[in-house]
Amino acid sequence: MLISSAGGDGTNLHVDVFRDIIAEIAKRRGWRFKLASIYADIDKGHISRELKAGRVEPLGPVPPLDPREIEAATVVVAQMGAEPFLKALDKSEGVDVVVSGRAYDPSPTAAMAIRAGFDPALAWHMGKIMECGALCAEPVGRNVMGYLRRDHFEIEPLNPNERCTTASVAAHTLYEKTHPFRLAGPGGMLDLSQCRYEQVTDRRVRVSGSRFEPSKHYTVKLEGAKTSGYRSIFIAGARDPIFIAQIDDILAKVIAGTRAYFAEVPEEAYRIIPHIYGKNGVMGELEPVKTPAHELCIIVEVAAATQSLATAICGKARTSLMHAPYPGRIATAGNLASPFTPLEIPLGQACEFNVYHLMTVDSPTALFPIKVEEI
Amino acid sequence: MVDTPLRDIAKVIRSKNAGPFEITLDIVFKSREDFEAVKKSGVITRELVSQLYNVPTQAIITFGFFELVNAVKITLPRPRPQGGVGETDMHAAQQHVPLQEIRVPWPAS
Repeated sequence: MLISSAGGDGTNLHVDVFRDIIAEIAKRRGWRFKLASIYADIDKGHISRELKAGRVEPLGPVPPLDPREIEAATVVVAQMGAEPFLKALDKSEGVDVVVSGRAYDPSPTAAMAIRAGFDPALAWHMGKIMECGALCAEPVGRNVMGYLRRDHFEIEPLNPNERCTTASVAAHTLYEKTHPFRLAGPGGMLDLSQCRYEQVTDRRVRVSGSRFEPSKHYTVKLEGAKTSGYRSIFIAGARDPIFIAQIDDILAKVIAGTRAYFAEVPEEAYRIIPHIYGKNGVMGELEPVKTPAHELCIIVEVAAATQSLATAICGKARTSLMHAPYPGRIATAGNLASPFTPLEIPLGQACEFNVYHLMTVDSPTALFPIKVEEI
Repeated sequence: MVDTPLRDIAKVIRSKNAGPFEITLDIVFKSREDFEAVKKSGVITRELVSQLYNVPTQAIITFGFFELVNAVKITLPRPRPQGGVGETDMHAAQQHVPLQEIRVPWPAS
């Protein structure tokens, strides 16, 4: 049994939590087996040195890594490829269970297949499909079986009410991917542009022609996030068409007034961000429709260094918006319909991704220590 | 021929994160014929995407008609990293709607 990206984030902490859960169940049932834990937290000093050496680069539309962001991250993990799993399985004969930290999702499946001597391109492609279960089926379901052979693999959902079709399997690699045919992973690029998809039975599809191009230098993806202070929000409705027609101007004035009120707090130390549902709450700056609805839900988000400051700024913004004057105003008692108390809602810590970079490594396994034990 | 919205033509029109820094949009057609007809209409272009999503054409990460999957795939930079302050759509699952409204000349049904 191979479990990867323990806890979702795949930090060392969660690898140990999973290891402890397994050990507890085994103890209760009287089971004995060998368990390997593979860790994926990456030493910050190591990342800083590699950054200086020019071996860390942004992945996609991300700014170059700032050394201060490495320090600010709570933990930085790297996505492991198949090699650490292969090493864990071979390190000590008879490992039955592997719990790993952060891994490229297809890695466990690919590792099993590569270990058995199959074509890595097919192994990665099959792993890529199987990591999402029966998402490649119609209707979308939970579990699939993969059959790997020398020059192709086949995919079939376990639920008899679902079927894989050439279209559903081919289209799967669109899902949550930047590009449908070129899928970059640890150590190389999976190229699916020449794949053939054949319907074998009405529920099973055969795939061949996958290619894997090893990259010149082996890279792993680093992932990290930091806490960026605390947030508070208020939620309010608006129904008055005279108010709604001027919402942008009114909010701009309210935000400017709130900033003036908190003049002693440095401007860059906090952010005030309105979300206006009924106007562009879902799409924000990407929204092409400019006409607001007949009623709005206004959520104002305030982020600051402490919860109490965020809540204080949020409260000032709310009362200002409640009583803001505007041209043509005839509803002089208040501008907002507030559904909840507390009127300002503390949301706790805010987090953001701050490391999403590729790091060149000399060895695909050296960053991922393995611990084998008898359970 | 009638100007017909893509939501009445395509099988799938969806949006989702592709990692925390990108939004990817998929338009999957019911058949190769539909895919070819939409492609040939010339309506779906980088310029149209740029206009619909208020994104400069040079910032578009992926734009293409992919015959093997009868699909158009478009990948854009996220306005801000997933889940950060100011987030409007954590999973970017509701950013597809402007694509539904694209109108293509289509045989009257």
